[in-house]
Amino acid sequence: MEENKNFTISVYTENNIGILNRLSAIFLKRHINIESMTVSKSEIDRVHRFTFVVIVPETLIRKVVLQLEKQIEVIGAFYHTEDEIIYHETALFKISSEHLYDEQIQDKMKFRRAHIISINERWFVIEASGLKEDIDRMYDKLKPYGLLQFVRSGRIAITKPKMAISELLAEIN
Amino acid sequence: METLKREVEKEIAEKSIRITGAEAVIKCLLAEGVNLAYGYPGGAIMPVYDEIYKYQDQFHHVLTRHEQGAIHAAQGFARVSGKVGMVFATSGPGATNLVTGIADAQIDSTPLVCITGQVGSHLLGSDAFQETDIIGISTPVTKWNYQITKASEIPEIIAKAFYIAKSGRPGPVLIDITKDAQFGELDFLYKKCEKVRSYRAVPILNIDKVKEAAALINSAKKPFIVWGQGVILGKAEQEFKKFIEKTNIPSACTGLGLSALETAHPLHVGMVGMHGNYAPNVLTNSCDVLIAIGMRFDDRVTGNLATYAKQAKVIHFDIDPAEVDKNVKTDIAVIADVKESLAEIMQFVNKADHKEWMQEFNKLYDVELKAVINDQLNPTKEGLTMGEVISGINKETNGDAIMVSDVGQHQMFAWRYANFKKTRSNVTSGGLGTMGFALPAAIGAKMGAPEREVVAIIGDGGYQMTCNELGTILQTKAAVKIVVLNNSYLGMVRQWQELFFDKRYASTEMVSPNFVKLAEAYDIEAVRVSKREDLAGAIKTMIASKEAFFLEVVIEQEDNVFPMIPTGASVSDIRLS
Repeated sequence: MEENKNFTISVYTENNIGILNRLSAIFLKRHINIESMTVSKSEIDRVHRFTFVVIVPETLIRKVVLQLEKQIEVIGAFYHTEDEIIYHETALFKISSEHLYDEQIQDKMKFRRAHIISINERWFVIEASGLKEDIDRMYDKLKPYGLLQFVRSGRIAITKPKMAISELLAEIN
Repeated sequence: METLKREVEKEIAEKSIRITGAEAVIKCLLAEGVNLAYGYPGGAIMPVYDEIYKYQDQFHHVLTRHEQGAIHAAQGFARVSGKVGMVFATSGPGATNLVTGIADAQIDSTPLVCITGQVGSHLLGSDAFQETDIIGISTPVTKWNYQITKASEIPEIIAKAFYIAKSGRPGPVLIDITKDAQFGELDFLYKKCEKVRSYRAVPILNIDKVKEAAALINSAKKPFIVWGQGVILGKAEQEFKKFIEKTNIPSACTGLGLSALETAHPLHVGMVGMHGNYAPNVLTNSCDVLIAIGMRFDDRVTGNLATYAKQAKVIHFDIDPAEVDKNVKTDIAVIADVKESLAEIMQFVNKADHKEWMQEFNKLYDVELKAVINDQLNPTKEGLTMGEVISGINKETNGDAIMVSDVGQHQMFAWRYANFKKTRSNVTSGGLGTMGFALPAAIGAKMGAPEREVVAIIGDGGYQMTCNELGTILQTKAAVKIVVLNNSYLGMVRQWQELFFDKRYASTEMVSPNFVKLAEAYDIEAVRVSKREDLAGAIKTMIASKEAFFLEVVIEQEDNVFPMIPTGASVSDIRLS
């Protein structure tokens, strides 16, 4: 059996209703769980960018990306290994204000890229960003304080190799 | 961009006419050269049907007896004519009844445009009467789909639908139009779609790949071609024939590739796959270069992939990049329109003669002839065989007929024994295996090729899934010849139960009504044959008839289809009995 690996998929699409459904159907059809997903506008006007993270063998990811690419409103689809991208996730932790002056929690906040973004007399919110592992560590540290709420974003990723979307668009048209 | 937009607006203002969305739908279809559609009216599509009524001198609509019948008829029409099949249905159940046909068209690459009515846009998402999320439901089985909520979107979206359905690797497109968009008005001006910015219909041919492929073909000692429907869809029958005749490479087809090359061609060595011919299946594992042309290595073609053509270098010609390396790892992929790539490769391939290699095919053909084919075509047992019925039809039609087959044993016999002379003559449900396909598809096929004889070969099971479409024949007078091969079983499933489930015939025995009376109730002349001496005469009468005709042939009950590659077995372990 071929080894499962983390892959980040970038899909550039038209900004139309229903594309998410069409893309997710391709993962569903092959019984692949989506670990994380982010949708946003891209560097090109009127072109949207989906970022998926999946854990599958490399031979499978190739086939999936070709199926994604095949969809009419998909301009380009690419997959990347962890070392080909610069990526990031953001998390928000809501914690009761009784812990606000706890020195230990302040120590734990020293983790890079974590800071308080909102405070009132009942609760405060810490925002942390970094790699998934960084946020996992932060989560483990803050869990003992009783998290009132926790949420983490999907991965956003910039690739080191070029994804020539503008050229692709120019070539088709 | 802005200037362009202004120019378009100016043009619309000068040349457009003010009409309703519903009328625009019909005008778009006429502009696309479509004047025939299959469908079934209902609440949410009524404004469009009202326009069909007003345009009846230019636009013909066939009322089927079920939406599934409509879409299969459109598939039959598209498959024989090479044009886009057109379907109308209403919202809710009308739309969901299309789903089987849409999935069938998707997997068999049949160009269709389906227009469904939808509840008014203010009702969307409210679980209104006959509301269903047909966009959500149809997404995984359409090449493209779109919901129109404003009349002004209609011309552009329908133009795009036709372009997408027929270009590149064809497929079904579904357009869902809310009722208010049909009633609403727009400034109508139709422009055909010639490109979609995110979609490359035809990949650009890489000439280096063609040269590499040619070099490998030139060096091959035992080259073998498997071609599929891509040759037909790409209208590349002539290029294909020239290519194989220059290189003298033995060529076999998939089920859907049948009829692209005439059956009697000396280089045609039969059909590959689960119930294909002995020689091409066995020799798949002996060839040194396997050349796949417009086919997708379906599991019914390859058997066990772990033992499929492992000794061979593989060249894959296909228009769809997603098919390359999907099932079989290729050494050289020529991703392009097959008509273009086959034309290009001619200058690089050498004339060759593979006589000894061809002899291997001939030898194995003789094995199959003795072990299987003779018993089917010239049986000595009392019961009638499906093979002899197909052979009888070949004789009477001189191989000119379009064979429309349903799904099951009779389909395998039709594929194996039909003698094709012309392309686009094998209309069948291949990838999806949709029982009930043949009768409505035959109606569409007859309308798509009215000058040709259309013979539907159907089992007693599949026939009863869509025999309501006899009503469509009654109303349209479509002169289709219906042959039901009745063995009183769901024969293919029964065969598997016999071979793999110790003859436990779970729910495969089938009691059927009097099919002759049923046909006669629809004013169709009908004959039932149960003795060999009556068969030829009955087929003659059927083919001589200028109208629809029904022939039931009572078949030996527990006859099996052989050769057979059992599931999970290698192509070279194909069984003769």
